Amino acid sequence: MNRVLRERDVARIGTLSAAIEENVRDGDTLAMEGFTHLIPYAAGHEIIRQGRKELFLIRMTPDLIYDQLIGVGAARGMKFSWGGNPGVGSLHRFRDAVENQWPRPLEIEEHSHAAMANAYEAGAANLPFAMLRGYIGADLAKVNSNIKSITCPFTGEVLAAVPSIRPDVSIIHAQRADRTGNVLIEGIAGVQKEAVLAAKRSIVTVEEIVDELNPPSPNAVVLPTWAITSVVHVPGGAFPSYAHGYYPRSNAFYIAWDKIARDRDSFTSWIKENVLSGKPEDFARHVTRRTANAA
Amino acid sequence: MSIEFTPTEMMTIAAARALTNDDVCFVGIGAPSAACNVARLTHAPDITLIYESGTIGTTPDVLPLSIGDGELCDTALCTVSVPEMFRYWLQGGRITTGFLGGAQIDRFANLNTTVVGDYDNPKVRLPGGGGAPEIASNCGQIYITMALNKRGFVDHLDFITSMGHGEGGGHRARLGMKTKGPTRVITDMCIFEPDQVTKELTVVSIHKGVTRAQIEDNCGWPVRFAAEPVETPVPTTTEITVLRDINARTKKAHEAA
Repeated sequence: MNRVLRERDVARIGTLSAAIEENVRDGDTLAMEGFTHLIPYAAGHEIIRQGRKELFLIRMTPDLIYDQLIGVGAARGMKFSWGGNPGVGSLHRFRDAVENQWPRPLEIEEHSHAAMANAYEAGAANLPFAMLRGYIGADLAKVNSNIKSITCPFTGEVLAAVPSIRPDVSIIHAQRADRTGNVLIEGIAGVQKEAVLAAKRSIVTVEEIVDELNPPSPNAVVLPTWAITSVVHVPGGAFPSYAHGYYPRSNAFYIAWDKIARDRDSFTSWIKENVLSGKPEDFARHVTRRTANAA
Repeated sequence: MSIEFTPTEMMTIAAARALTNDDVCFVGIGAPSAACNVARLTHAPDITLIYESGTIGTTPDVLPLSIGDGELCDTALCTVSVPEMFRYWLQGGRITTGFLGGAQIDRFANLNTTVVGDYDNPKVRLPGGGGAPEIASNCGQIYITMALNKRGFVDHLDFITSMGHGEGGGHRARLGMKTKGPTRVITDMCIFEPDQVTKELTVVSIHKGVTRAQIEDNCGWPVRFAAEPVETPVPTTTEITVLRDINARTKKAHEAA
């Protein structure tokens, strides 16, 4: 299906609560990307506070952000490719949902990283599916009916095919936006550009809003304002992941999460204290370095 | 004077020795990452290390906890997007060696990191494949490192996350794969290599102080030994110092933030 051509609207710059209210709806397919780096945690917490439900989550590495959304019961399903706490172990809320259906059953659609990355790129390219030389001899193709094959019309080679990813809404975090909402991403860029361009609506939370982006290189990733729906200033919004040039990854928090999430009660208390009673401005305390355009 | 070392230190150092200066290596997190960086800091200073987060030619001072720690980007030659990493660099055939770990392995070096039990109703839900299914098929060859015990080295895998030699023999070739697949499995007791014909893992080197009986007791299938397995050379002073230094730096860094 073709994308409906939009007017060349610029992004709306506003509050996080308004951006989530306007763009994330019950039942949506939602992609919140960021590969270890720039994971939009503040936005995830706002979605929990607003009580969104029946979401179908998409993310290569669900990470703690989706462990939290799954644990509060906001998700009906998830499409993913690696569901662990990196370097630490399991995502306990994800495991509890899959193994014990707590707090509710979770439909899963599991892929490899290569397939997810290709599927985002195909979505951004307005194509119906992605193809790759993948899944050879791997059992995932037996348990996921969305992994099919296609024969090359030129060589006869059989390749794997997966549907493109076309989220209702994608949310990412980035370093900077200018005052018209153009966004700059530096460092490990993951699949964020593809996730935004593949989605119907998009929200970008940023560390800073500045007069000039001043990219250090003309080839830095820039998303033009007219390709984004909403831009929100949320300093520290990627904590406990990191924002290159602003603050490091809190490996200590990732290690601590193992204990918090292992137990249903301690998880629920943590959500109450840190998410339900929290607000987006709380994240600013995690910014440890002077911002690029500080006076 | 002989150096004291733990079985895990021996494993990491034996794994590091498998790598050469000319390798372009796709690095898995955990034990593979330690081995690859010990290789870089000892006998293979010009090795190219690549992590799936997009960092090419990275030279971290501390081991990353996650595959996308900032340290990897800060010390890389360049950083590309994740789609580019998987499409141009991995699928493009530019990686000589993939270095993987796993939760479970079978005698043909197939790996399971997905589920224990039935997929739809699992006893244990593991993290899943991540990059491994295509790393296993698209890298020139694969090294695997994991501790030898019956929980990990099993007679039958409930799920094949990434294919090693499949059912053995020429299975990879029958599926059209042109890459070698797993060529070495480095454990804390011994080193396995696949038999040239059957592709069944065979013990070719035994670490100092380990007996055949210990290897057999810790493996979930009847172990095959090469005609004359050698003894793995013990760690040198340089190797053990480099490994302990990077582990100490890493511990300090991860506890800090």
